[in-house]
Amino acid sequence: MQWEVVIGLEIHAQLATKTKIFSGASTAYGAEPNTQACAVSLGLPGVLPVLNKEALRMAVKFGLANDCEITRHSVFARKNYFYPDLPKGYQISQMDLPIVGKGHLEIDLGNGGTKKIGITRAHLEEDAGKSLHEDFHGSTGIDLNRAGTPLLEIVSEPDMSSAKEAVAYMRKIHALVQYLEICDGNMQEGSFRCDANVSIRPKGQQELGTRTELKNINSFRFVERAINIEIERQIDVIEGGGNVVQETRLFDPEKDETRSMRSKEEAFDYRYFPDPDLLPVVIDDEYIDAIRATLPELPDAKKARLIAEFALSNDDANALTSDKKLAEFFEATVAASGGEGKLSSNWTLVELLGALNKEGKTIADSPVTPAMLGGMIKRIKDNTISGKIAKTVFQAMWAGEGDADTVIDKKGLKQVTDTGAIEKLIDEVIANNQAQVEQYRGGNEKVFGFFVGQVMKASQGKANPGQVNQMLKAKLQG
Amino acid sequence: MHNKTIAQLSAALHAKEISSEELTQDYLDRIEKFNPSVNAYVTVTAEQALASARAADKYIQAGSAGPLTGIPLAHKDIFCTNGVKTTCGSKMLDNFIAPYDATVVTKMTDAGIVMLGKTNMDEFAMGSSNETSFYGPVKNPWALEAVPGGSSGGSAAVVAARLAPGSTGTDTGGSIRQPAALCGITGLKPTYGSVSRYGMIAFASSLDQAGPMARTAEDCAMLLQSMVGFDEKDSTSVDRAAPSYTVDLDKPLDGLRIGLPKEHFEEGLDPQVAKVVEAAIDEYKKLGAEIVDISLPNTSLSVPAYYVVAPAECSSNLSRFDGVRFGYRCENPKNLEDLYKRSRGEGFGPEVKRRILIGAYALSAGYYDAYYLKAQRSRQLISNDFKAAFENVDVIMGPTAPHTAFNLGEKADDPVSMYLSDIYTIAVNLAGLPGMSVPAGFVNNRPVGLQIIGNYFDEARLLNVAHKFQQVTDWHDQAPEEFK
Repeated sequence: MQWEVVIGLEIHAQLATKTKIFSGASTAYGAEPNTQACAVSLGLPGVLPVLNKEALRMAVKFGLANDCEITRHSVFARKNYFYPDLPKGYQISQMDLPIVGKGHLEIDLGNGGTKKIGITRAHLEEDAGKSLHEDFHGSTGIDLNRAGTPLLEIVSEPDMSSAKEAVAYMRKIHALVQYLEICDGNMQEGSFRCDANVSIRPKGQQELGTRTELKNINSFRFVERAINIEIERQIDVIEGGGNVVQETRLFDPEKDETRSMRSKEEAFDYRYFPDPDLLPVVIDDEYIDAIRATLPELPDAKKARLIAEFALSNDDANALTSDKKLAEFFEATVAASGGEGKLSSNWTLVELLGALNKEGKTIADSPVTPAMLGGMIKRIKDNTISGKIAKTVFQAMWAGEGDADTVIDKKGLKQVTDTGAIEKLIDEVIANNQAQVEQYRGGNEKVFGFFVGQVMKASQGKANPGQVNQMLKAKLQG
Repeated sequence: MHNKTIAQLSAALHAKEISSEELTQDYLDRIEKFNPSVNAYVTVTAEQALASARAADKYIQAGSAGPLTGIPLAHKDIFCTNGVKTTCGSKMLDNFIAPYDATVVTKMTDAGIVMLGKTNMDEFAMGSSNETSFYGPVKNPWALEAVPGGSSGGSAAVVAARLAPGSTGTDTGGSIRQPAALCGITGLKPTYGSVSRYGMIAFASSLDQAGPMARTAEDCAMLLQSMVGFDEKDSTSVDRAAPSYTVDLDKPLDGLRIGLPKEHFEEGLDPQVAKVVEAAIDEYKKLGAEIVDISLPNTSLSVPAYYVVAPAECSSNLSRFDGVRFGYRCENPKNLEDLYKRSRGEGFGPEVKRRILIGAYALSAGYYDAYYLKAQRSRQLISNDFKAAFENVDVIMGPTAPHTAFNLGEKADDPVSMYLSDIYTIAVNLAGLPGMSVPAGFVNNRPVGLQIIGNYFDEARLLNVAHKFQQVTDWHDQAPEEFK
């Protein structure tokens, strides 16, 4: 049997507001437990929520960036359930009238093709606190610092048909929220996390299969792995004559398996109803237009522009625009290099990313700045150094030995372009290697590379390779 | 001194005929003497009161006092008071010392009032007789065997028994007006959104509204002035400049159009209460008012709609009382579920549990449309009735409650009969309108209240209409024999 996979994602992006969604408490990560839990965060008797307008603005910004409908009259609802880290016994969320409605985005399939993925909705809600099960002598500690942090839950249509597509979609949203500056995208700190709904059906069948929901998968790698494991599990169940049960499953990366958390029968009845403490959020065109005017250049537009402006390949442009900070680094490098797009792209994607990955650093803590990298590229372009010598320069810059000009000067790496000096070196090499000269003149052109190598070596790599080639050829043909 | 109204006390304080400290001490002495028989205060803040009174006296001496500076007042124990126990009439909060002041408390403190203590109430404001309080029922000062009404029964009783010249109450379905009627005092529920709900422990958020309770309309006007105003901490608070509630109190009532809804005079109304109300209407005719017969055709929907909406909201509002962070926690919980079940099972009384169950049921999957949505639609119909009525009349009048104070225990086992006690008041909350109860006479020495309902934000007119009545009647000046 040929199986078709159907995947939909629910992404929770923590909005980068300074204060919580319904109170003035700070949202900063990593504070001592309960030091950022005000009366509202604690759900004290008598307290009331007041919507943080910044969270609303960010949600609308997200919607506008994805051609989503913006709900002019949206409503907050209470999702009722008991849990110790949910102080009020309900979570303020949105149900029937979310702030962001239907929209879509395009993912790159990596084979030159793209695919349109529908966004069903995106709604605002508050995060819960954290239950800490360790170090409390058998009891559970509750930290309510996170309680009330604003979340945007982005729900996709079930439009993805492989784990790879799901990851591409998640990466796309991840890049987008950072471009929009509405989420820091920090997955280790839980600022960006995702649940996946997965089902399978025989190829060609219209009707959807029974889905399972995979909870709280907090890295791109785990999303791919969890979905693939779940697809295999569902195929095994059905091909073994069984039925997939609608349930919530938890991915365990250590055991590399998904396991049941609760079945549909055990699912909560959340008793949603409109929150009477909050008025409906009514927004007008003027408000929406003002936010639209603040939209930055988005990844797709930037990618198209980079390809048009610098003749970059689709893959390179994709890689550069997948991360806002990387794209910014690249563009600053281009500017510092005097407009060298292609070279800037190569150096950013190969040398710089390679060095960062090797040391586990992010672009933000790169010791080589765009000004330094651009300055070096300038010296490649004006023939001060060769591409090969540039690698030495880059390493020195990485090691903190100063900018390109300083390194070149200090280490004497300036390329030799003086025709007389190069000619002298060539003459010496030819004089010392008569046997190879005979071979070359006898028709063995492969030997040419040997001569280039010898000349470059004699110049300690500093001779301009183009000039060496040209002059050597002339001399050998003599 | 304790027979004076707030307006009279304010004049006496400003004339330095008496100090706030003396006045406060006088009330504290009366509370000590009389509270055991009425059980109207659950907490008396004597030391704090005397300290505030002395501070008020300094302002009066310095000539920088406002009209309420140094006036003693009782707060319903539903308002959070910083550093003072705030129980909401429940075992659940018997150990709860609020770490902050409700906005109403802050505003009134800023206006210079002296808090005498916190008043007894139905548990979480759920009740019409004050019998659901964990601290035992409040007794009606007019007949100690009778209930004072509820849920602001303590706040009504302290005014009737002269244990405070005024008090704060809250009204979700009649909880200011019904006890005001049953205790023979004046009480006002303002337009929803006029008074901040921040720090007022929520029962049903879309209906709850705080208001003043005192002997006279003039006193209510003075207190209301200090309570209203936009609060950025309450999203449902209305950003609207408050008018002066005292300036037009004496405006003549010539040409005032009073609507009498036939539905408020039908079956279920005690004929003797009806007579008292009709006599009050006659007084208004003498004052120049015009009487218009009107109909509020959807009146019969109000009690059913209310007993879906209010329990639904309360079932969610009361979820925070889970034994985890504050309030009652059961002994030695075995696990999380045991902690929840026993803390809530032992901490809440039967009426609160009944309403949580009704509310959770009404909101549950599969029933939501049939109950909650239908109730919300009924609510709209009820609002429309009033909207239509106010096109032809200026105020609507009728009885506040269908009967006078009933005896303790009389309706305790019959919740539906108890719920019908608020049949005339509930629709006002569902529509969000302002309403008052004004003493209008007695039946067998038990007080009768006249309800006056106004259009949105028309409190100044309501107070004017009530004040003019009190200029020509003396029902509001009567005091129960034992507490004179």
